[in-house]
Amino acid sequence: MSQSHRIPGKGLLIDRARPVRFSFDGRAYQGFSGDTLASALLASGTRLMGRSFKYHRPRGAMTAGSEEPSALVEIHEGAQQTPNVRATVQEIYEGLEARSQNHLGPLAFDLLAVNDWMAPFLSAGFYYKTFMWPRAFWEKLYEPAIRRAAGLGSLSGRHDEAVYEKAFAHCDLLVIGAGPAGLMAALIAARAGADVILADEEVRMGGRLLADQPEVGGQAGPDWAAGVVAELAALPNVRLMTRTTVTGAYDDGTFGALERVSLHRAPGEAPRECFWRIVAQRAILAAGALERPIAHPDNDRPGVMLASGVAGHLAKWGVNPGRVVIFSNNDGGLAAARSLTAQGVEIAAYVDPRPIPVTEDFPVYAGAEVVGTRGRMGLKEVAVRHKGGTSMIEARTLALAGGWNPTLHLTCHLNTRPQWDEKIAAFVPRPGAVPGLSVTGAARGRFSTAACLADGAAVVTEVLADLGLRAPDLPVPGAEDRPYGIAPLWAVDAGGRAWLDFANDVTTKDVKLAAQEGFRSVEHMKRYTTQGMAPDQGKSSNVAALAVLAEATGQGIPATGTTTYRPPFIPVSIAAMGAGGRAEGFAPRRLLTSDARSRAMGAPMIEAGLWYRPSYFPRQGEADWRAACDREVMQVREHVGVADVSTLGKIDVQGADAARFLDLVYTNTMSTLAPGKVRYGLMLREDGFVLDDGTCARLGPEHFLVTTTTAAAGLVMRHMDFVHQAFCGGWDVRMSSVTESWAQFCIAGPKAPALLAVLGINADLPFMGCAPVTVGGVRGRLFRISFSGEQGYEIAVPTRYGAALFDRLVEAAQGLEGCAYGMEALNVLRVEKGFITHAEIHGRVTADDVGLGKMVSGKKDCIGKAASLRPGLTEAGREQLVGLMPVNQGEVLSAGAHLYNERDPATREHNQGYVTSVAPSPTLGCWLGLGFLKDGRARHGQVIRLDDGLRGRKVLVEVCDPVFFDPEGGRMRG
Amino acid sequence: MRIPCPCCGPRDRREFTYYGASVFLDRPAPDAGLEAWDAYLHLRENPAGVTRDLWYHDPCQSWLEVERNTVTHEILSVCPVAEARA
Amino acid sequence: MAELIATPAVTGLPLTIGSVRLAAFDPGPVTAIAPYPGRDLSPVLRFPAPGEVIEEGARRLIWAGRGMAFLTGGPAPDLGGLAAVTDQSDGWVWVTLEGRDVPAVLARLCPLDLRAAAFPVGTSARSVLQHLSVLLIRTGPEAFQIAAYRSMAGTLLHDLSGAMKAVAARAAL
Repeated sequence: MSQSHRIPGKGLLIDRARPVRFSFDGRAYQGFSGDTLASALLASGTRLMGRSFKYHRPRGAMTAGSEEPSALVEIHEGAQQTPNVRATVQEIYEGLEARSQNHLGPLAFDLLAVNDWMAPFLSAGFYYKTFMWPRAFWEKLYEPAIRRAAGLGSLSGRHDEAVYEKAFAHCDLLVIGAGPAGLMAALIAARAGADVILADEEVRMGGRLLADQPEVGGQAGPDWAAGVVAELAALPNVRLMTRTTVTGAYDDGTFGALERVSLHRAPGEAPRECFWRIVAQRAILAAGALERPIAHPDNDRPGVMLASGVAGHLAKWGVNPGRVVIFSNNDGGLAAARSLTAQGVEIAAYVDPRPIPVTEDFPVYAGAEVVGTRGRMGLKEVAVRHKGGTSMIEARTLALAGGWNPTLHLTCHLNTRPQWDEKIAAFVPRPGAVPGLSVTGAARGRFSTAACLADGAAVVTEVLADLGLRAPDLPVPGAEDRPYGIAPLWAVDAGGRAWLDFANDVTTKDVKLAAQEGFRSVEHMKRYTTQGMAPDQGKSSNVAALAVLAEATGQGIPATGTTTYRPPFIPVSIAAMGAGGRAEGFAPRRLLTSDARSRAMGAPMIEAGLWYRPSYFPRQGEADWRAACDREVMQVREHVGVADVSTLGKIDVQGADAARFLDLVYTNTMSTLAPGKVRYGLMLREDGFVLDDGTCARLGPEHFLVTTTTAAAGLVMRHMDFVHQAFCGGWDVRMSSVTESWAQFCIAGPKAPALLAVLGINADLPFMGCAPVTVGGVRGRLFRISFSGEQGYEIAVPTRYGAALFDRLVEAAQGLEGCAYGMEALNVLRVEKGFITHAEIHGRVTADDVGLGKMVSGKKDCIGKAASLRPGLTEAGREQLVGLMPVNQGEVLSAGAHLYNERDPATREHNQGYVTSVAPSPTLGCWLGLGFLKDGRARHGQVIRLDDGLRGRKVLVEVCDPVFFDPEGGRMRG
Repeated sequence: MRIPCPCCGPRDRREFTYYGASVFLDRPAPDAGLEAWDAYLHLRENPAGVTRDLWYHDPCQSWLEVERNTVTHEILSVCPVAEARA
Repeated sequence: MAELIATPAVTGLPLTIGSVRLAAFDPGPVTAIAPYPGRDLSPVLRFPAPGEVIEEGARRLIWAGRGMAFLTGGPAPDLGGLAAVTDQSDGWVWVTLEGRDVPAVLARLCPLDLRAAAFPVGTSARSVLQHLSVLLIRTGPEAFQIAAYRSMAGTLLHDLSGAMKAVAARAAL
């Protein structure tokens, strides 16, 4: 397509020496570097860009900015296909592929446009009223059909592999918006020496100075802006952020902002977008104002735009709008008409409901209104009702200038509503709405260039004083100071359908119907009509809609109020908000020192919290995990096995009061533990339930080493910090996590002493003893503890020697017919012994429930003791830990299954308990289970039914003691 | 939300762990009776206004008692619990 | 038995992307010193205030958390029961990050205010780096030492190199 609709010499942002090829709906186009998709299409004479949401009406671009309600397109980049992209924001690049959305068949012949002809039946509330019955039709018929028809663009359905970023920034002053007020404020603050961030959503800073090109201080507006930006760019205390929209105001001076880092380029290495969290001591909102349309019949045709959109497209991208009719209710619209004329645009008519004098170079219809348009695929004629009757005026563009709404959204993000200002017929921000955020310029209703410049200077001077800085003496440059002169006109009363919300297809009729049907609150009207609920969030339509509602209800606008503005100000992609959190960035990976060796041995690694642990170590000829697991268990029981247990939390506790402190956090007494000994310990939460279990080794009179379960390592550290700081801050005790300092390995089995001998270590340590050792020239620690029921040791060395020691241990074990064993075997070994893990101590069990009631010392207080004595935690009928064995040896048990008396149905009332852990035991030749059963300890020997509804499994099991193997513990003690 | 840690200065809320109302610091005597323990464990005010709660600053391991306003979100004071109950 | 050989906490370094160089760093033995409440250590050593790094010749005393400092560059002195002393030499992976865009790289991962006035050269801070708990020491306007838990060295490398790539690619736009 040729660029037939450009005005020579115009277009601040385009580089005519650099043509750019792109496609729209498969058709080849050419634009210039610097064009947006909308400007390039308009310059090529293409006004039709998409279909509306509900009625599938043909639509084009209405604005030249991020508030665009209509021109939403899909950008195709393979997996990164992005729907609902505003054509007025998306910059073109070589090879860009864009497609229109929301049509069945070609854009110009959308089959779903039938909805438009059915419009009389599709008014607000249509779905609620129509698809009520028959009820059974909803799920199968109505909902799928409606879902197919609804929604705008589509996703690729594949992972978006592109890079997105999130980042933090800090400053003294954040200035939001770089129009005249924002530039003035930033310049003064920068010269005063403040750390300034100036953020603006456009490619080039200047705001309306670029679009309207007023004179500033005797210079053309864009030149003045460029001069200020150049000075700011050279200062070390200023960060300029273009293509960056501040999206939300949060507590304590935190702002969210979305930067379009490389969306103007074909996807490459650079991040697509960056989501910023900006922390500012103070902030100034200088976001300007958004122009609003006027609702009149058929005001949604491609070619109907906002006057600011027409002026912006001309000034920034040289787009020729053709013959223009301007429909305005304020002097700004009149000024736009004059400016367009001066730039060579033909004004076919200036239509104004106000009785203004007629002394212009173009036809003026005063006291007149636009009452209709023609041209389904693109505007052809505008119907103007005036004193002399109704005239059809030929035009290519209709520019609507219904007045301006201050862009005050951010001031409402902490739940303050704006206030109505009758003089400018608009809402203005309430002062102090967001602590630390001041508002200046058009964002608080100062609409002339001169007023914006002066206000920017005045507001920043106050803000700098708060920051303890003095504003330099800087004269405010002179500029136009035109009065606004608005006479509000929200909707033209001329029958037909007049659009308010273009994105969601809400008309004045819908709002009136809502009022009529009792949805008189603005929040109810919004939800009934969907006004303001589209991607544009009603930026250009909300105020007009509530004005129409106010008229329909007779409440007046201030009493009607606004809906709530919430973050984000513009749509923010989930990819940007969650940047860095995908794939490997989802969570840290904690790797054991034995990791490389385990993988080399072919062990599948499984996640245990953030750790990766070997599941089992397969050998040739082993069919599945079960074969490897069975072998590893038997090798431990008959010979020796080694396993990496470094994931256990380790907390070093020192001090004269360390023992006393441990007596407080453990249920049992640690102060009586002799140096060189280890004791099993149990911790409760203050509410009496079990928090964690582990061992406590006394390394010296005032030196303990506490171990926690892998799962609760962080939790226990935080808990101990709390108990210490909250209840005994003055005690001589300090804790330090040493989880990462030690690589620790379990050596278990009858040949464990022999294995230690191979390493040159004397295994002569009593059961539950600990001692320093030297292994391979390295000083370590040896503990005689067992989680397998076999004679067991754990040996710890500084982490850097872990890999080397594991290699030695594996070799030594293999030399003794032993092996390395993984999590599967570890689980079987502990289930055979009835040892608990967090599958059992899941937060709802007491010490007594797990059979450890005796561990709660009666001689002293401890955290959780008082609450553990509550009647509810001690009465009969609680579920107690039991062992479960299938009556028929071959049957499989499953964790998560529920327990019932043999003949009871599997219903809630009959539930007797549940299964927490199961394991296939090669030692006993059947599956074993641990679970909780009502009064379970008194029911050993009973046969009950295990019922796993999920897997359809019913197994008769015999209740027994949870210690299945070697209940006397003779093997462990050696 | 930013909390001024007495150790580290104002920090983003993502560095903190929330732990509920600070009445949890007022641990009853072991023999205070069921009612006192029930109140301590389970009964909490839910004020629209000034409240005090516990936050853990994970990076420096300080437990803090934070006085803040649930309506305005203003943080009024922050005190290490070790000092609050010293 | 033959001597055990130490494995480094991190491999694959140094790495230079754009203007930023990421390198492994060996601080030597690291001793955590945590004074008991109300104890005055000054006869033996000056204990750092929050954020302070005290350098005396090769010896550094780095504030590392509530009432805790890391001593590097020398053996642990005898504190005679005034403080808990714990060996932390093996618990951490240490790296240095240097180059013009270092503040930009860290800003992608760390919520700290990295401006010179808020985080001066020669001070330390505890914070988070993406998901990791870290100790940061600013050694120059554009130079930091970073310590993270040793088992997460791979994640530290992944996160830092990812941010370095993104910053470099952005600069090349």
